[in-house]
Amino acid sequence: MNFANQVLQWFLSGAHWQGDGGIPHRTLEHLAMSGASVFTAALIALPIGIAIGHLGKGGNLAINISNIGRAIPSFALLVLAAQVFGIAAASQVVGFGAVPAFVALVALAVPPMVTNSYIGMREVDPDVREAARGMGMRDRAVLLRVELPIALPLIMAGIRTSAVNVVATATLAALVAWGGLGRFIVDGFGLQDYPMMFAGAIMVAVLSLVVEFSLAGAQRLTTPAGLRPSKSARKEEPIGTALDTAMA
Amino acid sequence: MLAAGVLGAIDDPWIRWSWISGHVDVITAALVQHIQLTVIAVVIGLVIAVPLGLVAWRSRLFRGPIFSLTGILYTIPSLALFSALVPFTGFSVLTAEIGLVSYTLLILIRNIVVGLTSVPDDVREAARGMGFRPLAELIRIDLPLAIPAIVAGVRIATVTTIGLVTVTALIGEGGLGSLIYDGLLRDFRTPLVVGTVLSVALAFVADLGLAGAQRLFTPWSRARATR
Repeated sequence: MNFANQVLQWFLSGAHWQGDGGIPHRTLEHLAMSGASVFTAALIALPIGIAIGHLGKGGNLAINISNIGRAIPSFALLVLAAQVFGIAAASQVVGFGAVPAFVALVALAVPPMVTNSYIGMREVDPDVREAARGMGMRDRAVLLRVELPIALPLIMAGIRTSAVNVVATATLAALVAWGGLGRFIVDGFGLQDYPMMFAGAIMVAVLSLVVEFSLAGAQRLTTPAGLRPSKSARKEEPIGTALDTAMA
Repeated sequence: MLAAGVLGAIDDPWIRWSWISGHVDVITAALVQHIQLTVIAVVIGLVIAVPLGLVAWRSRLFRGPIFSLTGILYTIPSLALFSALVPFTGFSVLTAEIGLVSYTLLILIRNIVVGLTSVPDDVREAARGMGFRPLAELIRIDLPLAIPAIVAGVRIATVTTIGLVTVTALIGEGGLGSLIYDGLLRDFRTPLVVGTVLSVALAFVADLGLAGAQRLFTPWSRARATR
């Protein structure tokens, strides 16, 4: 109980809620970095995945890219990015690790989005596509009004997988001198301040779960009414596994 | 300190072969520990996941809670999970394995359930018609037919674990991650590159090895794969 009490005291201390190193600022930093990375990655990945899926070419690339992405440890990716983007000097000063962290997070977020948007486009029933053409739709209309709406849930699933990965890995970015909520964990380690470390871990876990659940909700909302699974079937798709479902 | 960092980053080549040849024992030890941490995590993960997967498959009541709980574990970032455990289990292999096993569960259980659910009803009916009892049907019909999906889960879990092991460097374990961490702390690229390359190579070898093993042990699924 003593330890729990220390953690509680840490949270209750007013000093931890103020300034650049405070909880609100670190949380915002974490969310801003994650949001910017996921957004940038989406701008790169979605056009590629959708184009490959629409044209039906390069499917192996789209499938394999996420396997390759999974094999590269995100920790290694961050440290490598820190070396490539030369923060050796800046890394002595906390907060200057933004560029390498951003690059690593974007690289991490791209593969699941490419793969899922590709699979989403491929899984559109060919009969549906045919029917759309039979109704006189041009290629563009088929893409925009038939394929994309049907593929949207899987596209969203890719974004969600990436976003949860990014929020998790942004925590590790504290190791390459960036801020975010990971700072509390990493600094807690460094100072052997276990209540702070534990508090940081709780905040990171809560943030990840909030992101996961809100994006899962968004994914459901984007599912066209006709494609929504019944209540009982819905249970079979657990959270956090959109990509893996596609790969299995 | 600052100047040394700058100079180090500019002058340090990506690979210093002399460091590698002088540290073969360190690198080998890291690789061995990486494999050990991964194998232990996936094996314990399977031991826990198989019964839970069977329960989730058979019981609608437990399926939701099992998936929700393992899904939450899966969503919690690795650094957060490891560091939340440290005050209780210390800087130890136990801390690393609790975290690593947690991340395998969702993947394994999900694929076990998917595999078992995909066994065709007529096959199951035929088994029952041939007089199989429930347990015999499970062991001789359902599980063998679910193997491709289960192995797919083991492959994903293994590759994911190999990546996550690197993070355990922060709690004093790490396998190849300890080389990466060393490279980070000293601003020294060679161990960083060696750790990363070996970790990626290990993931590919493990993935291909498991895929090959599955082909060997489920000859009936080969016909489908080559279609």
